[in-house]
Amino acid sequence: MPTDAARRHLLSIEDLDRLDLERVLDLTDSFAEVSQRRIPRVPALRGKTVVWLFYEDSTRTRLSFEAAAKQLSADTVNFSVGSSSVNKGESVRDTVQTIGAMGIDAIVVRHSCAGVPHRVAEWIDASVINAGDGRHEHPTQALLDLYTARTRLGSLDGARVAIVGDIRHSRVARSDVLAFTAMGAEVTLVAPGPLLPSSLEGWPVAVTHDFDSVLGDIDICYLLRMQLEREAGASVPSLREFRAEYGLDSARADRLGADTLIMHPGPMNRGVEIDGDVADRPNAVITEQVANGVAVRMAVLFLLLGSGMDLAEGERVMAA
Amino acid sequence: MSARLAAVPAHGTVAMKGGTVVDSAGSRRADVLVGDGRVIAVDPAGVEGDRTLDASGCVVAPGLVDLHVHLRQPGREDAETVETGARGAALGGFTAMIAMPNTDPPIDCAAVVREVQDLSAGTCCDVYPSAAITVGRRGTDLVPMAELVRLGVRIFTDDGAGVQDAQVMRRALEYAAGLDHLTGGRRVVLAQHCEVDELAAGGSMHEGEWSSRLGLGGQPSEAEELMVMRDIALSRLTGSRVHFQHLSTAGSVAMVRAAKEAGLPVTAEAAPHHFTLTDACCADYDTVFKVHPPLRTGADVDAIRAGLVDGTIDAIATDHAPHTSADKERPFDAAPPGMLGLETALALALTELELPIERVLALMAWQPAAVAGIDDRHGRPIAPDEPANLCVIDPGVTWTVSGAAMASPSRNTPYEGRELRGRVRHTLLASEPVVIDGEPQR
Repeated sequence: MPTDAARRHLLSIEDLDRLDLERVLDLTDSFAEVSQRRIPRVPALRGKTVVWLFYEDSTRTRLSFEAAAKQLSADTVNFSVGSSSVNKGESVRDTVQTIGAMGIDAIVVRHSCAGVPHRVAEWIDASVINAGDGRHEHPTQALLDLYTARTRLGSLDGARVAIVGDIRHSRVARSDVLAFTAMGAEVTLVAPGPLLPSSLEGWPVAVTHDFDSVLGDIDICYLLRMQLEREAGASVPSLREFRAEYGLDSARADRLGADTLIMHPGPMNRGVEIDGDVADRPNAVITEQVANGVAVRMAVLFLLLGSGMDLAEGERVMAA
Repeated sequence: MSARLAAVPAHGTVAMKGGTVVDSAGSRRADVLVGDGRVIAVDPAGVEGDRTLDASGCVVAPGLVDLHVHLRQPGREDAETVETGARGAALGGFTAMIAMPNTDPPIDCAAVVREVQDLSAGTCCDVYPSAAITVGRRGTDLVPMAELVRLGVRIFTDDGAGVQDAQVMRRALEYAAGLDHLTGGRRVVLAQHCEVDELAAGGSMHEGEWSSRLGLGGQPSEAEELMVMRDIALSRLTGSRVHFQHLSTAGSVAMVRAAKEAGLPVTAEAAPHHFTLTDACCADYDTVFKVHPPLRTGADVDAIRAGLVDGTIDAIATDHAPHTSADKERPFDAAPPGMLGLETALALALTELELPIERVLALMAWQPAAVAGIDDRHGRPIAPDEPANLCVIDPGVTWTVSGAAMASPSRNTPYEGRELRGRVRHTLLASEPVVIDGEPQR
């Protein structure tokens, strides 16, 4: 990873280049094997403590991180924001420095405001992993998306990716655009104007408002969750119209190539961005994404916390 | 001359020796003698006084006037008080400043105007409270403007927010135009924080490339420009004077330029951060760079500079906005907007603007004094019998900005560690030195 900060933390896909990403994906292959063992556990992070600090509700991401840490034999502590001093008005900085004083190795942060993990990284010695910050980024989601796509397609070089729907409010979209383009893929954003970022200056993407025009030409159809809780609903005339223009219904799904991957970060709004039965087609890899999430997060935790060890040493530890 | 000296009271006279006098009349080498609140003599051959202040290599200028300061009192005395704000102002060379009304409670009635006036007595700087245009700054009902004008208020603003309702703003302009008889003919000023709430809502930085990259909600330039456009139209409709606060966009500058060319009675100010910093500063999510209106693009910075150079913008105003570290450590969305400005404004203008010091002083002393209607006491020529509100500036010295070294209990300067050129050596308020050699005396 290019900088010391990027080596110690995972804050943004922007900090990673193609070699860094490939390193994570290659290591994920090894950990995917661990997950399939009868006793899926290696002592790679024994004695390391990882804290979950989730200011925003999360079930899926937190469970996935929890499973990853357990399989690496790390100790985990949940700092439950809802029932803690945070509710008594404690600032993020005070909370983080309190946690830091307890001698932990990593802190996994989710917050509804962009940039909080970056600030946390300035306030604590431990490694900081961004588990989603506002509309900014969700790096481990992008890594598991890359891993899932690479596993299915073999290579992402030249792969044609359409990212469809509520891009403006999506941290997944920001991380995925950076991740897929870094791996050599060509990304097209498909969305109505109010659901696109206000500026796409510097984004290496194409843009279209015509979903139908790309269906026959893509290797990955990535549907985003319509973030109804982030006012996305007010950005389009109605969900009915959004579904008609930008939803992946059966008719559109039929026009995708047989091997075109259908991806979604979950949780799905079935009947909005994706029709119910489309999500269950053989080329839909949505549950694979979830399964791969554990192995990817193992790789991330291992790379950040198993410091000093290169990949080969890591594999020896796993074999032990 | 000796007859004049004999008339000087006990606290004595002060001689500033070795400097160059710069005021609205031009510049010339002269020593300056002051006492009893007034300038006594301006003499190139030298003066003698009870006390001597070294002004060699320095510019002796009218005290600076800041049209836009948040003093946080009453309400947030942990961030700033009138006393600490006045001290910072004096250190920055200001002898007068307009206190914004978004305190808690807001300055929207006689009692709070009087409170701020009382608090400012005996401080390092003349503090003129502005008052809100609408009660509670809620944008609906006008404050008792005549009553507050009688107490000395000359500037009304809902600063921190714009008056959203065009009809309310129209009525305020029409009403203010009928208050001249209370002010000796000086126009009461309605100043506008131009921002259309519907477009700016949910934003915490300039909307553009950086907000999209950082995933932060944006405030488009048009949120400001729409209200500038509207208020130019309302100025035309009512014939009333409008002062545009902290212009931040190229479009705003262009519209104000055109309005002035059309002869409309509009004036404008710009803040130092809007001619020195861009939205790229927010890249690390450091909330010290969060400010309203937000830091804009390089093209906007260039336009603000051009507006300062060609006279479209009448004044540099700091928008000094102290916030405690605890408040600034909140997430970017939630942190309060604002930056310290009093102690860096002059040096930024001298360092960053390619303007002679005479033009910088016009933008920071006599032009803002005229906008505020306090040009009977501030921004005056330096001549016998004129009020002795002065600052002595060393234009060549370089220094390093440190928030911790500032007078404010807050430390939210965006220029921490930056080396700037030009610094105030002495400040005199009503002929009394309130800063000597960079040290506050009160």
